[in-house]
Amino acid sequence: MANHGIRVSGVDKSFGRGEARTTVLKHTDFGAETGRLTMLVGPSGCGKTTLLSIIAGTLQADGGEIEVLGQRLDRMGANAVARFRARHLGFIFQQFNLIPTLTALENVSVPLLIQKVDYRVAEQKARDALAWVGIADHADFRPAKMSGGQQQRVAIARALVHDPPVILCDEPTSSLDSENGRMVMGLLRRAAERPDRVVLVVTHDNRTYGFADRMAEMEDGRIHRVLETQQEIQRHHPVGV
Amino acid sequence: MIRIALKMLFGDRAKYVMLISGITFATLLMAQGMSLFCGLMTWTFSTLRNVSAPVWVADPMVEQVGDNLPLRDTDTDRVRSVEGVAWAVPLYQGNLQARLADGTSKLVTLVGLDAATLIGAPADLLAGRIDDLRMPNTVILDEYGVERFSAGRERPIGVGDVFEINDREARIVAICRVHRSFTGGPYVFTTYDRATQYAPNVRKMLSYVLASPRDGVSAEVLARRITGETGLRAFTESELMWSTIWWYIRNTGIPINVGTIVIIGFIIGAAISGQTFYSFVLENTRHFAALRAMGASSGELSAMLLVQALVVGFIGFGVGLGAVAFLGTNLLRLGRVPFLMLWQVPAIVAGAVMLIVMISAALGINRIARLEPAIVFR
Repeated sequence: MANHGIRVSGVDKSFGRGEARTTVLKHTDFGAETGRLTMLVGPSGCGKTTLLSIIAGTLQADGGEIEVLGQRLDRMGANAVARFRARHLGFIFQQFNLIPTLTALENVSVPLLIQKVDYRVAEQKARDALAWVGIADHADFRPAKMSGGQQQRVAIARALVHDPPVILCDEPTSSLDSENGRMVMGLLRRAAERPDRVVLVVTHDNRTYGFADRMAEMEDGRIHRVLETQQEIQRHHPVGV
Repeated sequence: MIRIALKMLFGDRAKYVMLISGITFATLLMAQGMSLFCGLMTWTFSTLRNVSAPVWVADPMVEQVGDNLPLRDTDTDRVRSVEGVAWAVPLYQGNLQARLADGTSKLVTLVGLDAATLIGAPADLLAGRIDDLRMPNTVILDEYGVERFSAGRERPIGVGDVFEINDREARIVAICRVHRSFTGGPYVFTTYDRATQYAPNVRKMLSYVLASPRDGVSAEVLARRITGETGLRAFTESELMWSTIWWYIRNTGIPINVGTIVIIGFIIGAAISGQTFYSFVLENTRHFAALRAMGASSGELSAMLLVQALVVGFIGFGVGLGAVAFLGTNLLRLGRVPFLMLWQVPAIVAGAVMLIVMISAALGINRIARLEPAIVFR
């Protein structure tokens, strides 16, 4: 049986009240395994980002079970979820979300500083992470001085610096050109090679589909199909890289 | 996280400068207003500071040192007869017009001292000798008087020069340095008898009887004893000082004016800093949300905001207080503006700045507390 790093079962989520109430997730089931890069794809508004936010513990579901690395997030309090995120999750956002007044090195150090790691140790690990994504020479640059691709590489370094077993990516390539998009996906692909790591990428960028080990297609608040191999993905999405 | 908080603060230079400016301006207004108030209050009892004596005996209706409700000359002896009095001397105090050689008139505060003892004579003489005050028609003029009387003259007025008070000659035998009077007139010291000649003749001329207790008797006890036995009102120096200050607070618009400046300073500081800090938090909402998504707790984010607000408050307070001290020092050097920064002034202003900082931080913390970290995924 597959090792489910992430398991979501019967999750519901609605926004608004009364007539303005919109149901985004409808009893959704989803899973992502360790050692594989899973893509969650689907048209805009289908609920991908909402599902990602619930998996990340940054948004509360109305109902259902959310299990990450065997821990039931839906049963944890807000502080416990925050601590869990700090230790076990790494994030890559569509808009990078780098702090503009910090250098690349300082931005990458942030997850370690949140975990109260000594500043010098954090700095060294951040340098190593920047070297891993290939921009060690940009350590002292601020985000404004870097290209979109470089900024996303810094964001990947930040997501990996504390060696988290789960990496959640929200449209990591949508702000990038195809070359930088491929480079970023290549890094995520490498990150997913670790057997105990789950990499979940939410995207609707079909140029990146070739990097996926597994793909869950979402539509109208539900997972309507899961493609378990790259061959299946290629068959259903021939436009991929 | 504190390091990140400070980097976020210092990195946004425009906001940082604006925040510092708000606190600096508030500190400046509040500290300057309060220091001017304290300085002005010290001017109200300058005579007390210039003519020091442990006990001041006055008419029962006197409320402040500038009140002119004369006693009878015999009251000096009545005070002397009270048990525990080491000495008691008469004192004249009045505001008179001095006429200069060029025909112009200037208001002066004339102080008449006991001729035998010269108790209450100015201690800080810049020129001349105190004993020369015993010579006929002689006075001691303060340095502010020298400045005022010298306007339009080829050389500054000094020892040996003459002016008139009430058509009587007043020859300067010494120049002294004393505290400025509230009325703005220079101090002119002379003997009691001569002062009563300079002043327009009225039935009673004695303004105060200055007294001192014998060893073993406190000024407070002696004052109560004099009041009880003579029916006059005896103050210790401190009592008369506070009575004077409270009289000015109750009977003039000074506290309202200064209070308005202080309140405006507080409001401006709170408005600028609160608004700027809130907008700083708003602009960084996404970054705070990202930090929260990465596992920072609400407490840690609140601590970051608190540190940022405190740092801004500390720097703004320091710069503002430094500016007030610089301004005050230079105003004091000019000698035209009352300025006294008691230790209580920075303490009160620090408290007010702390309140501004806390209000600003609370606005930001409230915003962050309601923050949904999921916004980073939008």
